[in-house]
This record gives sequence, C-alpha cells and structure tokens, in this order.
Amino acid sequence: MNIVACVKQVPDTEAQIKVKADGSGIEEGGIKWVMNPYDEYGVEEALRLKEKFGGEVTVVCVGPARTMETIRTALAMGADKGIQIDDPALYNADAYATATALAAAVKSAPYDIIFCGQRAIDDDSGQVGSILAELLGIPGVTFATKLEIDGQKVKAVRPIEGAQLVIETSLPCVITATKGLNEPRYASLPGIMKAKKKPVDMKTAAALGVAAESKSKVAKFTPPPARPPGKIICADDTPEGKAAELAKLLREEAKVI
Amino acid sequence: MAKGVWIVAEQRDGALRKVSFELASTARKLADQLGEEVGAVLCGSGIEALAAALGKYGVDKVFVADSPALEPYTTDAHATAVAKVVKENDPSILLVGASAQGKDLSAALVGKLATGMATDCTDVKIADGKLLAIRPMYAGKCFGEVVVTGTPQMASLRPNVFTIVENAKAAAIVKFDAGLGEPKTKVLEVQKEAAGKIDVAEANVIVSGGRGVKGPEGFGILEELAAVLGAAVGASRAAVDAGWRAQIDQVGQTGKVVSPNLYIACGISGAIQHLAGMSSSKYIVAVNKDAEAPIFARADYGVVDDLFKVVPAFTGEVKKLLA
Repeated sequence: MNIVACVKQVPDTEAQIKVKADGSGIEEGGIKWVMNPYDEYGVEEALRLKEKFGGEVTVVCVGPARTMETIRTALAMGADKGIQIDDPALYNADAYATATALAAAVKSAPYDIIFCGQRAIDDDSGQVGSILAELLGIPGVTFATKLEIDGQKVKAVRPIEGAQLVIETSLPCVITATKGLNEPRYASLPGIMKAKKKPVDMKTAAALGVAAESKSKVAKFTPPPARPPGKIICADDTPEGKAAELAKLLREEAKVI
Repeated sequence: MAKGVWIVAEQRDGALRKVSFELASTARKLADQLGEEVGAVLCGSGIEALAAALGKYGVDKVFVADSPALEPYTTDAHATAVAKVVKENDPSILLVGASAQGKDLSAALVGKLATGMATDCTDVKIADGKLLAIRPMYAGKCFGEVVVTGTPQMASLRPNVFTIVENAKAAAIVKFDAGLGEPKTKVLEVQKEAAGKIDVAEANVIVSGGRGVKGPEGFGILEELAAVLGAAVGASRAAVDAGWRAQIDQVGQTGKVVSPNLYIACGISGAIQHLAGMSSSKYIVAVNKDAEAPIFARADYGVVDDLFKVVPAFTGEVKKLLA
C-alpha cells in the first residue's frame, strides 16, 4: 500500500502569538515549532496501515528549511521517506496554493491513501485536505475519528453536531484526521537514528510545475481585542453568597441569563 | 462580471438550521451595500417548501436541487450540486456556515471552484467593493483580515456569532439539476446522540469543566447547571485526555473554538491553548479555588472558591431567577 501523510510545522499550542508591529505577520522569534497535532494523527494512522497491509509511507511537507525537523520527526516515528517542498513563493501560500503543490508532489508516485490533519492549528483554515481530494479527483472524508479498510473499501466515522456519521468510500481517497482516531506514538531512539539516513526529496514549486498562486491572503494581522478587566465576586465569604451575587450580576448587569 | 451575494443554506432532516438564517441576514446586509441580490442554494430531498423561510431573512432567489441522491448529506453530491449552480450564475460572494457540514462542504467547494476562502469568520464587511473577512487565527491568539482574490470570494461564518435580522422578500424559487454522477461516498449510518444534547460549537451558553472537576462523576453538577441554563457542557484538554469527557466536547486550540454569549469555566486553570479557544465568548465566568489561576485574567466574573459548593448553589439561584 502506498500511503502519503501530509504534515505542517506550526507553533506549539503553548506558544504566545505576537503580531508584528506593521501587521504583516507574527513574530517568529522564540517560537517552538512542532508537527501540527492533527497531522500526528494522520502520520500515526498511516504507520498503522503500513504495519497491517505492508507498503510505504511518504511524508510531504510544504514550508521553509526549519520544517525538515518535522519531516524527520515523522521519519523517526516510522515513515519511510520524505518530500520537502521549500519555495519562497509558497511561504505565505493559502490553502489552494498549498494543496496545488501537495497534489503535484503526490502525483509523482503511486498512492492509495492520503492523510492530512483536519486543520492546522496556526491558520485554522481546515481546507487543504478537501482541496487536495478535489485536485486529485478522488473522494475525501474529513474529521475521521475511526477508519477501517477492507480491500478497496474504506469505512470512516466522522462526528457532526449531535451525531456520528458512518461513511463509506473507496481507495484511493484523502482522509483528514482528528483527535480520537488514534494515539500517536513517540519516536524511539533507534527510530531517531534511522530517520537521519532516510531519503528526503527536495522540491520547489517550479520543479513541480505549479504556479503557487494563492487565491486569498491575510491583508493584516491584528492582536485579539482586549477584554476589559473583570471582577472577583466576594459579596460575603460563603460559596452560597458568591453564587447568589454571580447569578444577580449575570441577570442584571450582563443580562445573559 | 461576478454579481450577487450567495449563501449555501444548511438543512438537516428537512429543517433549516439556524446558521442558514445567520447567513441569509449577513448576506442581505452585504448585498445592500453592493446593490446586489441575495441568492441561496438549497440541496436535499423534499425540501422545496423550506425555500420560503429563507425569504423571511432577505433572500431574493433560492436555487433548489431536490433529489433523493442529496439526502443525507455527502460531500461529493452536495459539492457537485453547489459548484454547478455557482459556476452557472457567477456570484461575487459565497457564504457558508462553519458548522461540521459547512466546513466540509466549503473546503471541497474551494477545490472545485479554484478560489480562496476565509474560514470560520467572526465578522464580514465590504471594503472598496470587495469582501473583507475578519477571522480568528491560532485559535484566537490573533486575528486576520482576509481578502479573497479568487471568484467567488468565499467565507465560512462561525455559527452563533452573526445576528439574525428579518427582512421579508418574496424569494423566487429556481430549480436546478444537480448534475450528479455515480456517488463516490455514501452514508451507511447516522448514529444519533441522546436527544437534546447541544453541541458546544452551536451553544449560546457553555458550562465547561477541567482538571478541578476531579473525575467524570464531578461533571454531574455541571450537567445539572447546563440543563437549567439550556447550555452545552464543554471540557478542557486535561479533562478529555483523562478520559472524563468525549473529544467532541473539547474546547481549545486542539478542540473546538467557541464564541457563546456566556462561558462558565469550572475548575479550569486556563492554559494558553484553552484560553485561545474561548476568549471570544461575550461573557466569561471562572470558578476556581486557585486565585492565581490564569483563567481569572480573562474572566468578566471570577469566583475564587470550591466549585463543588459554588456550582450547586449557583444552579439553585438560577432556578429561582428563571422560575
């Protein structure tokens, strides 16, 4: 089975995000970069399929030189090879341009199933997996929390508001992974050693023959609106007194209950 | 030239979902500024009667694809149908709800229409005749002002944030053929959760619990409060990772990013990734024993005390007020 896992490098969830003074982006200094948590579920599922059916896992990543670390993390977890698409033309690419580059890289070799995270936790755009499926002309299932493969048949569970859908489709397809799909493994020490020798193919947008044309852009980044300082309720010192004061304030001041 | 502000109306089990009215009201506002019409696409089976209800919120024309193949929703069938009618009519703006279904549909549409989209927006306006979409990024740690250079200019709108405004129009109905081929995906089963459960992404009020709730049984008093308030019960990553609550209830950067009117955080200390996911709530209440907990810096009302005493007492007070 030829399995592809698309990964993105993002700031760690505990990172404070500071907007540049001119609003052109975020300050990258001091940020700890990690594999997008939702992509970890995709890599893990890819490895489990390989363990079950045999085959090869290729990780593909769009981003600058620092993203090699994320590719090596996936290789250390057990992926076999990597493709790094590093091109300044793609550094601020939107979902469409990113998916176009990924599609071109994926198409260069046979594939049966492609994993993406359901969204990256930096731009929160949640589009790349679905666009990739459309560009490749194959079905896509998003937000998978469970996956079963039997021959060419694919069965996935995805939650919607108030229900779980059991969806059937067929290979080849794109699956976007979310929390619940599996528990991603940590890279082992031998895995980390082996990863250093695994092949990573370097590509540019031009080499892939893609235009890297974004269809949207963030014209300006702004900090979140400041919240006015709150009050600590201490009507009297009993929990009951505080609860009564809170109810009164929510009713009369905030008017939300 | 592309013209018209369009929405994709969302229906489930033959009823329009609330986000459809939020989309219609918002589209009306944008269309009035541009001097254009509001169009809505409605797909499903036996749903033509729903079209009139969209007129109430300012839709001029409803494009209806009515076919058994469009029920229940699949990405494949709905994206094919919507992309077809959009290509035929060339609207300038296309708004979709950032619900579970809308997120799935809209991303596939971006691929089919080869355009761009601002996801999960909390505000949209017209600037220089173009759409300007405001959206939280990094789960709300910063915001982006997005312009879409592709056509149509797409944006998905966060449910429960945009105001519903009545503005009755006649809503002409235009039927179209969805142009579906052999289905690529099908829904084998819909496993419904207990009736009456409100999803955190759509709730007006959320009562959320973290590590301080101490275990799954501790959520009982939060459930009781939520029942009185008509609220959804959310959870922090700590509570979900401990196995106390389901993943779909997780609020934060690796869960759902929410903007309810009222967010009541119980026993949640306020890790950065959690704060990011709920800071755009209108009012935040924090109940925590630790006066130094970071959650208090974001809370409009803070109660420093034992949640196991405060929450039941608060539930009693709310019952009295609502009686």
